Order: sequence, then structure tokens, then C-alpha cells
Amino acid sequence: MLKILVPVTKRMKNILLGNRMASRKEGTGSATPSSSSTSGPAGKGKGKGGSGDSAVKQVQIDGLVVLKIIKHYQEEGQGTEVVQGVLLGLVVEDRLEITNCFPFPQHTEDDADFDEVQYQMEMMRSLRHVNIDHLHVGWYQSTYYGSFVTRALLDSQFSYQHAIEESVVLIYDPIKTAQGSLSLKAYRLTPKLMEVCKEKDFSPEALKKGNITFEHMFEEVPIVIKNSHLINVLMWELEKKSAVADKHELLSLASSNHLGKNLQLLMDRVDEMSQDIVKYNTYMRNTSKQQQQKHQYQQRRQQENMQRQSRGEPPLPEEDLSKLFKPPQPPARMDSLLIAGQINTYCQNIKEFTAQNLGKLFMAQALQEYNN
Amino acid sequence: MATPTVPASAPPAAPAPATAAAPASASAPAPASPTAPAPAQTPAQSLPGPALPGPFPGGRVVRLHPVILASIVDSYERRNEGAARVIGTLLGTVDKHSVEVTNCFSVPHNESEDEVAVDMEFAKNMYELHKKVSPNELILGWYATGHDITEHSVLIHEYYSREAPNPIHLTVDTSLQNGRMSIKAYVSTLMGVPGRTMGVMFTPLTVKYAYYDTERIGVDLIMKTCFSPNRVIGLSSDLQQVGGASARIQDALSTVLQYAEDVLSGKVSADNTVGRFLMSLVNQVPKIVPDDFETMLNSNINDLLMVTYLANLTQSQIALNEKLVNL
Repeated sequence: MLKILVPVTKRMKNILLGNRMASRKEGTGSATPSSSSTSGPAGKGKGKGGSGDSAVKQVQIDGLVVLKIIKHYQEEGQGTEVVQGVLLGLVVEDRLEITNCFPFPQHTEDDADFDEVQYQMEMMRSLRHVNIDHLHVGWYQSTYYGSFVTRALLDSQFSYQHAIEESVVLIYDPIKTAQGSLSLKAYRLTPKLMEVCKEKDFSPEALKKGNITFEHMFEEVPIVIKNSHLINVLMWELEKKSAVADKHELLSLASSNHLGKNLQLLMDRVDEMSQDIVKYNTYMRNTSKQQQQKHQYQQRRQQENMQRQSRGEPPLPEEDLSKLFKPPQPPARMDSLLIAGQINTYCQNIKEFTAQNLGKLFMAQALQEYNN
Repeated sequence: MATPTVPASAPPAAPAPATAAAPASASAPAPASPTAPAPAQTPAQSLPGPALPGPFPGGRVVRLHPVILASIVDSYERRNEGAARVIGTLLGTVDKHSVEVTNCFSVPHNESEDEVAVDMEFAKNMYELHKKVSPNELILGWYATGHDITEHSVLIHEYYSREAPNPIHLTVDTSLQNGRMSIKAYVSTLMGVPGRTMGVMFTPLTVKYAYYDTERIGVDLIMKTCFSPNRVIGLSSDLQQVGGASARIQDALSTVLQYAEDVLSGKVSADNTVGRFLMSLVNQVPKIVPDDFETMLNSNINDLLMVTYLANLTQSQIALNEKLVNL
């Protein structure tokens, strides 16, 4: 079982909003060194004012953040455990710039008195002293073979997006990255889904009204990576000094292991989905059976009443049908939406992977033919 | 598959004047050791670190992760107005043969002509916070930007020697003297006439860069921003990545071919080790009967095609399901 630490709770939401207000006041007329970070108050102002459909069209990440996320997973994550952390940055027009991040400790049982909120507040206060952007703009999470569409993630992202309109969740896939290319994706909840979550009403009618399909739950935001000039200089230095990478994982032809695991996860989800469908079918059958019963009951009633009238007796009182026939509970639709979304993600990943591998195989074939 | 460029670039060049000083300093701690360790180590270890023998526990190699350098450069860019340099703490682990630095954070400090103030409370707090995430990291030393060691550095170094046994001092030259950003590491050794007041000398250490595999891939990607005009790159799609990787291999192969031709034409003298590497390279290409290769290829392609078909089928199924349920 995945132990997932939800980084944002309700009281944290208030603190976050409060923090924003407090730092705004501080920023406008203070002597703290944060005035030297050019983006501070201006970015906050724009962020608060900017609203509308998709407040964020692009996510710009500093190279430093990428390295930190990679390092955090490498050192603290094993197997199916997810590692999480907080993203810091600012909003510029319709771009979300992420300039720093810090990791969140994993929730262990023996740290029962560990206060996540306090850790976060202290960290952000300390970072403010060294002029690092202390605006909370999102969070990141690692994923195991792409399985991240869960209720916990939805809740966390909803609370973040509710408190801070432009926040995103960065999903880092370490296994795909180890295969040769960095896999980092940024997701937000669509406005439609935000509406539904606000109402906290996940019944079928509400979802149908909102016209939400599994494809419209999350929207992916394109990512670009940007470095400052000085970091570029650093990169040149590193390139000169360090040895050439001697592992060309990307061109490896062995794919069955990875594919097998992906398919295993997909099968599990499809099983869950079919169970869900069975539940839904039984519900439908029950409702229609109940309708029939109601109908029959009404007919019998009418007949009896007619008989009684013909015999001159007073008709039986109309009984409240809804009390006699309690309608069955409609099954929760949110879970099946999530499962469908997850299946969709798995399928996308698999298709990308197979496309890559087909390309590699054809290349190998061409080389072999050339040799012969 | 051994890449042919390995022999050409074998050990990364140790930063500048270290090589001459290294053998000299290797002998220096030995005569200093009878007097040195006692006074140097008594400012007791405040950390429950492993018991470290001798003047410098980790040999002479410091292994840096690129995330440290990026952090340092970033905090330099965000320094307070008027500050010429930034300092911070280095965290990491100690090994028998080397010291590996894996994390760092900057510490606010004020430096003027005649005094230095370091916010020690802050440093302690940050270290506690960091320990919650990665309990294995110890304070290894400190870093400073700027190309030289000043007298203030000695004072700061002394503070850090209270936190860690024999701390490392790392300098990152952000002022780009000599047109390079030189990255150097030092450890302090006592010097002077025994019996009189001892001075402190910073002896250089070899700096190597350590990467996790995924870090390597991340750094390769980030490096690409050097080539784009506004320093921005997007993440590429799957086939583009394959194309990029094959282009890299092609470059590597052409370098090897060039070298081979040069040797044949006599321009470059033949090197036996390189020749051996080339031999093993050529021998590593497996010799397969064409029919076997065909069957292998076809079965793999069939697997992949089947999986693609299944994935597409699943996707259409769930889309159908969605439509039916919403009727």
C-alpha cells in the first residue's frame, strides 16, 4: 500500500493564505532583504489579480529544481514509496516560474508528534532570510510507473488550487528517467473539476451536469527549463570536467521487463474498473426492478380502489410510495472517474514506450541489414 | 558497451595548482600530526558522527554532486545588496576513501573590513530541518563564493570546525577570474613551528564529480540550455530523444574512426591501451545468424504491436463506458 502524505490540510490552507497576506504587507514597506529579490511583491500582485480559465499556460522550471527533485527521489525513495515536496516560485503573467523547492520528510509511524505545518512554515521562514522565493506555488511527487491518479492526489491538488489559483503538481517519474530521458509533467485540475470539488457533490447527477469525462479531469501544462547565465557557465565547467556518460540507457533494446510491469498495473486497474461496472449494472437493475414494483403496486392499488368503489366502500388512502420503496443508493462516480483517468494515463505511457521501442528496433534492423 | 572516448578523458583534471602542492602536503600532516590532532580535535564533535581517525578522514578526494554547485550559484545570484560573497553549509556523508557532498544550504552572514558575523542560529535550525528529511547527512564543512581565501574565511572555518571534525572548505569562483568558474576544495592543516603559535594553512583537495544515473540524465538535459538563444528548452518527445541519443553515438563513432585513420596514416602515434579498447569494442557486437536475428526482431515487434493494440482497445473501452454511463 502506498503511504501518501497529504501535504496540505485545511488549516494549512488558511495559513497559506494568511502567509501570503502577511508577506504582501511586509513586502510593500519593509527593510527585510527580500526587497532585493526583484520578483517578490510584483509577482504576488499579479498572481492575486490573474484569474480566469486556465491561469497558467506554461510552467518554467529552473535547472536547480530539476536536480533537487532527482536527488530527493534518489536518496529517499525506494520502490513504491512516493516522495513529496513543495515548490516555490512566483507567477509572471501566464507563466508559472518555479525557482526552488524543498523536500518533505516521509511520514513514519514513530514521528507521531511531527508537525508538517510547522516544518513547512519554518522552512519557508528560513528560506526567506536567504532571499529565496518563499511563495508556495505547488508541490511535486514521484510516481511508480505512472500511477498517480488517486483520490489523495486529487484532494491535495484541490486544496492547493483552491488556496493558490496557479498551483501545479509536478509528477516526476524516476523509472522512466532512468531509462534515458527526463520525465517531468505538470498537471492542474480543470476548472470544471474544481467546480465539482467545491460543491463536494460527487453524485452522478452533479458529474453529468458538469459534463466531466475522465479526459477532462487533469490538464497538462507544458514545461520549459530555464537557466540563468551563471548556471550556464557552471554547466560548461561541468561538461569540461566530468567524464562522458558511459551508459546509453536510452538506446537499450530490452523492453520486456518494463512493459511487463506496466501491463500488470494496467490489468489491476482494469479489474477494478470491471468491478465498478458490475456495481453500476446492479444498481441500474435494482432501480428498474424497483420502478416495476412501484408500477405494479400502483396498479394493484387502483384495481382495489375500483373494486371497493363498486362495492361502495371508501377507497384506501394513498400511501407514500417513496417510503415503501426506498430507492437504492447510486454508486459513487468519482472513483470510477479516477480509475478511468488512471487507465488512460497508463495507456498513454505504454503507447509512448512502444513507439520509442519500435523506432529502436527498426534502427537495429537497418544496421543489421547494412552489415549483411 | 565501452565508449571509445573513455581513455581520452580518463581522470577529470584536478583543479589548478593542486598537483604540485599535493605530494608536499601529503607529507606535511605526518610530522604535524603528533602535535596537531590534540588541540585541533578537542573543540569537541557536536555531532554523533563516526569516529574519524587521523587529520583528514576521507583520503584526499571530495566528490561533489552537481545539485550543490547549482544551489551555490543560485544563492549567489540572490545575495543581499552589498554582499560580495555568500557562504553556506555543506552536508553529506563520509566514506573511508572519500567524502561525498550531497546537499547544502546558504547561511546569512555579514562581512565588513574588520568583522564577520555569521547567523549561527539559522545554520543550526536549517540543519535540524534538513535532518528530518535525510537523517544520514552530516555537516561536512562550508562553502564560499569568490576566488580566494580571505582572513574572514579562517574565522568562519574555525566556527565550522566546532560543528564537524576537520571541515572542508569549498570555493566556487563566481567572479569568473581567468574566464573560468573554478571550483576548489580545501582542508585546513596547522602549520608553523611546533611549540609556538600555530597558523592555519588551507591545503587543496581533489574534487571529483559524482552523479547518480538519473542525475546524469538531468544534467545532460539542463546543459542544453547553453545552446538555446533565450536559455529555454522544452522537454522532447519520445522519438526525438531516440534521435538525439543516436546522434550522440554517431558523433562518438566518428571520433573513433577519425582517430583510427590518423593512426593508420601515421599522424598520431598508436597507443596500445586505446587499441585494446577498440578491440573489445569491435568484439562486443554480437555475431548473430541473420535468421535468428530476424526471428528475434519479429517477435519483439509483434509484442510491441500487440501491446499498442491492447492499449488502444482499452482506451476506447473506457471512452465507451463513459458515454454509456452518462446516458
